[in-house]
Order: sequence, then structure tokens, then C-alpha cells
Amino acid sequence: MSVQSAGRWGLVAQFPAPLRARFARNKLAVAGIVVVALFFLFCFIGPLLYSTDQTHTDLTQVNLGPSGSHWLGTDAVGHDELGRLMYGGKVSLLVGLAAGVLATVIGTLWGSIAGYAGGWVDAVMMRVVDAGIAIPALFILLVVSAITTPDTGGLIVILGLVSWLVPSRLVRAETLTLKSRDYVLTLRAIGGSHSRAIARHILPNSVSTIVVAATFQVADAILLVAYVSYLGLGVQPPATDWGGMLSAGLTAAYSGRWWLIVPPGLAIILVVCAFNAIGDGLRDAFDVKGRG
Amino acid sequence: MNNILEMENLGVTFSTESGDVPAVRGVSLRVAPGETLALVGESGSGKSTVALAALGLLPGNARASGGVSVGGTDVVGAGEAELARLRGRTASMVFQEPATALDPLTRIGRQIAEVVRNHRDVSRREAAAEAVQLLRRVGIPDPERRASSFPFQLSGGQRQRVVIAMAIANSPGLLVADEPTTALDVTVQAEILDLLRALAVDSGTGVLLVTHNMGVVADFADRVAVMLEGEIVETGAVEDVLLRPAHEYTRRLLEAVPRLAVTGTTGSPVREETPEGAPVVELRGVSVRFGRGPRAVRALDDVSLTVRAGETVGLVGESGSGKSTAARVALGLVAPESGDVSLFGADLRKARGRARRALLAGVGVVLQDPVASLDARMSVAECVAEPLRVHRRGMGAAERRERVGEVLELVRLPRELARRGPRELSGGQRQRVSLARALVLAPRLLVADEPTSALDVSVQRTVLEVIAELQAELGFACLFVSHDLAVVQQFAGRVVVMRGGRVEEQGPTMSTLLHPETAYTRRLIAAVPVPDPVLQRERRERRVASGTEAGA
Repeated sequence: MSVQSAGRWGLVAQFPAPLRARFARNKLAVAGIVVVALFFLFCFIGPLLYSTDQTHTDLTQVNLGPSGSHWLGTDAVGHDELGRLMYGGKVSLLVGLAAGVLATVIGTLWGSIAGYAGGWVDAVMMRVVDAGIAIPALFILLVVSAITTPDTGGLIVILGLVSWLVPSRLVRAETLTLKSRDYVLTLRAIGGSHSRAIARHILPNSVSTIVVAATFQVADAILLVAYVSYLGLGVQPPATDWGGMLSAGLTAAYSGRWWLIVPPGLAIILVVCAFNAIGDGLRDAFDVKGRG
Repeated sequence: MNNILEMENLGVTFSTESGDVPAVRGVSLRVAPGETLALVGESGSGKSTVALAALGLLPGNARASGGVSVGGTDVVGAGEAELARLRGRTASMVFQEPATALDPLTRIGRQIAEVVRNHRDVSRREAAAEAVQLLRRVGIPDPERRASSFPFQLSGGQRQRVVIAMAIANSPGLLVADEPTTALDVTVQAEILDLLRALAVDSGTGVLLVTHNMGVVADFADRVAVMLEGEIVETGAVEDVLLRPAHEYTRRLLEAVPRLAVTGTTGSPVREETPEGAPVVELRGVSVRFGRGPRAVRALDDVSLTVRAGETVGLVGESGSGKSTAARVALGLVAPESGDVSLFGADLRKARGRARRALLAGVGVVLQDPVASLDARMSVAECVAEPLRVHRRGMGAAERRERVGEVLELVRLPRELARRGPRELSGGQRQRVSLARALVLAPRLLVADEPTSALDVSVQRTVLEVIAELQAELGFACLFVSHDLAVVQQFAGRVVVMRGGRVEEQGPTMSTLLHPETAYTRRLIAAVPVPDPVLQRERRERRVASGTEAGA
């Protein structure tokens, strides 16, 4: 049964059948999963079926409207817009996902150590978080971008480093309640180490909080990638992402070439809303401890 | 005279995610004015559901059938407006937890006045004056001043008195009390029961008392209804049910209740032992302070106690007496401010790293909460094997599995349980898994902090039996922390009575609990209600008499 195959971390036990049922009852959350899955198929499988050249400019094919050969038209340097939406989406989704996960991992480590250690360690670590939250992320991003032009990997690291603060607070709060549980006290009383208490008891029991936080974090990160790229500080041409496409298409919007901004704009809105819906669904599904 | 509460064939069904669950079936009972009916049963028997149904307070997913009438009003079919007029006026309720029954941000005088004004057309000033009167009536000292206190400024017992004051504000004909003293210490419990009894007698209020504590029943009730799995299996006068139970279940339930042997009974002296072995754990002049500066709380003050090899020491006291803190100091979980702690002859405070781990490998721990004691993310096998993973790192998986199976059998659980998750187990099974985990390293000392106080009496009995048998077999010493004097009396050879962070007195269990030296211990023992209505009446009269003597 599921309990047996749960493995060391008990991750399957984390998602028991009733949880899936509760999640499935939230129609919006299920729609979110479908939307995200469709976008992933579109961006990663799509190019295999609809192949376009996204590296070379083609000045004979600029600013064409939607037609049979270019379903979503072309942009100012002749790239096929539908192909570009897939190509840019890859970057947006990958960077958003990776940065969201990175932020969650950093926040989880930071928050669990602060919460578990308590006392002055906790005080110092959480004042660092307070200070970080007081500085707008966008401001930091602008400063960093002014100094250096990051590649995709660099962008992930930078976005991760500015958005781990909120998850760290959530995990710290969770750790504070978990560390006084009887099973942690029992472990400590028989001489178990701190690292064992954190790794074996506190983190696995915070998984629900962490997963929910990670989902919202990914949504935020995708939005953040769009911000920085829109400001021209994200991935550099010929590579692009949805934010960069918006930025490039903005001037064209005044001349009626709507196909340059409506598709990437819609894509960002849909994916961000979808991730938020999934996060809401997971939070409701997990939060059942209060129910009899 | 008409009954104030009548239930005829009451049924309650809860609709849940996994279908409909019947909680109460075919319950018929009545309470006459001035009479107390105790509804007893173990957890899950449906007794609280019956109490809630009496006031139409069932949660939204519950469906009630049958007839419930309070003072002539039909509750099952009544609308919300009609119920609101009824509640607090004709019938009112006292809940278990006084800390959550009061609004923390409103002064208690105002909270009581609000109940008065909800049902009667009196001016604000009159209601306030009445609130002061009510506070005086429930025995709050200096009620004029206390009326402007906030709930957090009162002790737990005082808060419960305020809750009772609110409940009787409109002189209801029926008082429903759901475990009104379960969250309180025994001495406070005795006072609250005295108060409720006086109120019921003075104003002819009928009381429906829900409780699991047979001593409280013996102390307070006129009649008893015993519930099992949603049905009443036996009803009768308190002397009949408690002394001459007719139903098999009632008999079993009463048999499982730990009885405090008191002077005047022929209690069987259990395990009397003279301390002779080498000290396993020793606290010498230990003081503990929580917090810093002027707000620091002195949790332990110059506490010395010793547990010797093979013996069981019971650590008793009321909440806040420091008994759990003392156990935690012995385990090295709480660092003492001053004094020495030695575990197996070594100084636990000086031991570091490997040496400390080696010392702690000789200790097993069982804590109170059966739910929080086991990590729900782990299987039973992983829970039990955890000490092995900490202390026997070289042990192979097969060997570990074998050892886990062995200790599970030791605590009378089937080996197959190892694969299950803690969620699938009952409270008693969980505590036995905790015990298996504590014993997996074959410890020389078992520290048990209220290991059975969250369990029903019948389950408590099996768990205590298992511990006692294993102790005889394996010979470990045991530091047994409990608030329940009857349990300690059965279980421990020596007893240490704590009060306000100090050791009040200690000695062999039988002589200490039967012939206590200090007035506090005497008071503590006198306050424990015994599940024998005749004996309990005598004890109560003696206690009240000595109380007025002391007060005079």
C-alpha cells in the first residue's frame, strides 16, 4: 500500500488519497494544473511540431500580421511570433521555476535553522530577513543589472537570492511549533543530534508549508523575470522571454501590431494565475488538521 | 414535578467526507429540577454530543432525530431565534476549558453583565451590580475590584468560576456541564464541585454533568447514565451504578479506574520497596529559572531527588509544581541554573559529545501526548528504530528490523504493526509504540511524563500493566511523573510530592500517601474524589469541616 512505498521521507504518505480528492474538488486548482501542463507542452514539445528559426533575423519577413504561414505574425526583425512565444516561454518557465525553487530552498534552510536555534541566533537571522524585506526586490535587481548583465543561470541565482525572505519566515514559524513536539523532545532526550531533529522530523513535517510556499514563489518568480526583462535587464537578444517580448513589442503596440504584445501578456497572466490557483488548492487541501 | 430536561430516543448522525457516522443512538434520559445526572463514558462514546444536543448546539454537519425538550420547549425542531432565547436563560452550559470560554479582551464584569442584558431588560448599571453579586456568589474574593479584571489576570479555577457565574446569571433551570473540572487541578476541582453542588441545591437547578471521571461522579451526581458507543447501557442511582453495576461494561470500566487507597479503605498496598541500589539519576539542590531579569520564573528551587536502580519513583504535584521540569532536568533537556545532576554516576552537565551520547543511550523516554509523541510522517518501525539509528550506527537493516519486532512484542503489540503509520493506531497503541521506542536500547532508566493521562481508564490500565511487567522483567528504574495520585500509588514504590517548584515531602508511597506529614499533601489527597459515593460523601464532609476549621 501507499504507506509501504512511502520511503524514507514519507512523501507518499504526505499525499494520501483524501488529499488528492480534496485537491481535485477545487476546480480552479485543477484548471491551474491543466493550464501549467499545457504551457509546458506548448513551450517544450511545441517547437518539435512547429519549427521556426529564432536565431537569425529575416528582414524580408518583418512585422507581418497573423496569416497561414505565420499564425501569430512576425516581429520587427522577422522572427515568427508563435515560435518566439514557445522559445521565450521556455526561458520564462525555466527561470521562474528554478528561481522559485532556489528561493524556497534557501528560505527553508534559513528559516528552519533560525527557528530551531532560537535565542540570539534566531534574532540576528530574522533581523537580516526584516532588513531584506525592507529593500524592494526590484531596486536590488536594477542595481545588479546596472553592474553586470546576467546570463540565464545568473538570473536564476539573483532572483532566488532576492525572493527567499518570505518562505524563510513561513518555515521559521512552522519550525517553532514543531521543535517543541514530543517526538523531537524524545529524540533530544536520548541524545539525538540537532541535524537529525531538523532533517528527519522538522523538515518532513514542514513539507506541506514548503510545497505551498514554493508554488506561490514560482508564480512570483515568473512575474519577476517578466519585470526585469521588460526593463531590458533580463536575458539578452537573440534569446528572449515573455517579459522581453512585451518590452520589444511595446513600441509596435501603438501602430496596431497587437500580436506582438497580447500573446506574451496573456501567457504571463495565465501562468501566474494558474500557479496561484494551484497554491491555493494545495493550501486548502493540506490544511485539514483542524477538521475532525 | 416536571422534568427540566427530557430526551426521548435521541439520535445524532454526523455527515463526514467518508459518509454518515452515527454518534448517538436511541438515547432517552431526564433531569429533574435540583437533580444532577452524570453522563459517563470513555472518549468517543457520544456523551459530549448528547450534552450539545440538549442546547441545540450541534455542529452544522450533525442531524438530530427524536425528542429533546428543555423546560417544555422542543429543541430539535426549534428555530435559531427560539434557541437563542432558551440558551443562557432556561438552560446554560459550562465548558471544559475556561481559558477559551471567556473573551480575553473584555473585562469579566462586562462579560457577565452582557449575559444578563441579553435576556432581561435591565439597565447597564443594574446589570453591572448584578455581575458583582454573581462573582461574590461563585466565591471570587473582592468582587467589586475583580469585576474589572481581564480573564488573563485570573487563575484557571477563578476563570471557571467566572464561566459558572455567566452560566447562572439568569437562574437557569438546567445547567449542562461538559467536563467542567477536567482542565483543573484536584484541589481546584474540589472547590468547583462544591460550588456547583451548592448552586444546584440552593436554586433547584437541574444539572447534566458530562465526565469521564468516576470520582467526580461519586462526589456530585444523584443519578448516573453510562454511555458506550453512542448508546446508554445503564442508568440508575449513583450508589447502585457505582457500587453494584448491572452492566458488564460498567463493571469493566469501574474495575479499570485506579483507586486511591485512603485511610478507612482496605487498599491493597502495591509495591513497597526500600531504596538500596546505586543511584541511577540524582538531582542535588537543583534550581531552574526560565527567562531573564525581573520577569524570570523560578521553576525549580533547590530540588533534590534520587532514583535508584530498579525502583520506581513517582513525581506528583499540581500543574506548575515543577514536576515535568524536574524530569526534563534529569534528561538534560533543561539546564539547571545551579545544583548538580548526575546520570549513572557521571555529571550530565559536563559530559559532551560521545560521552554524553553514551550516557543518554541508557535512558528511555515516554511523554504524555499520544499524538505528538510519534512523527506521523514515519512508520511505526521507523519511530521505534530511531534510537538505534542514533546510538547503534553500525547496526544492519535486518538486525534493526529484528530488534524492532522484538520490542513490539515486548509491549504486547503484533510485529505486523511495524509497517503501519501512527495515524492508524489508537491512543493506547501509540503510547505502547512510544514505550517500545523507549525500551529498544534496553535502558537502565525510563522517564515517563504523564504517560497515560491522555488515555481512557481501561487503556491506561493496560499500558500501566505493560510497564510494570516489563520493569519486573528487565529491571530498569523508572521516574514516573503524574498528577494522578491514585495511579502513582499503584505504580510507584517511592513518591516525591512537589509544590511550587520545591519538594514538599518524599518517602515510601504507602506511608507518604496514607499518613502524609505536611498539610499540603493532606489537602491534596483529601481533594481527590474516590469513585465510591458513600465513602466520598464522608471524605467530603471531613474535608469541608477541616476547611472551615482552618478558615476560622
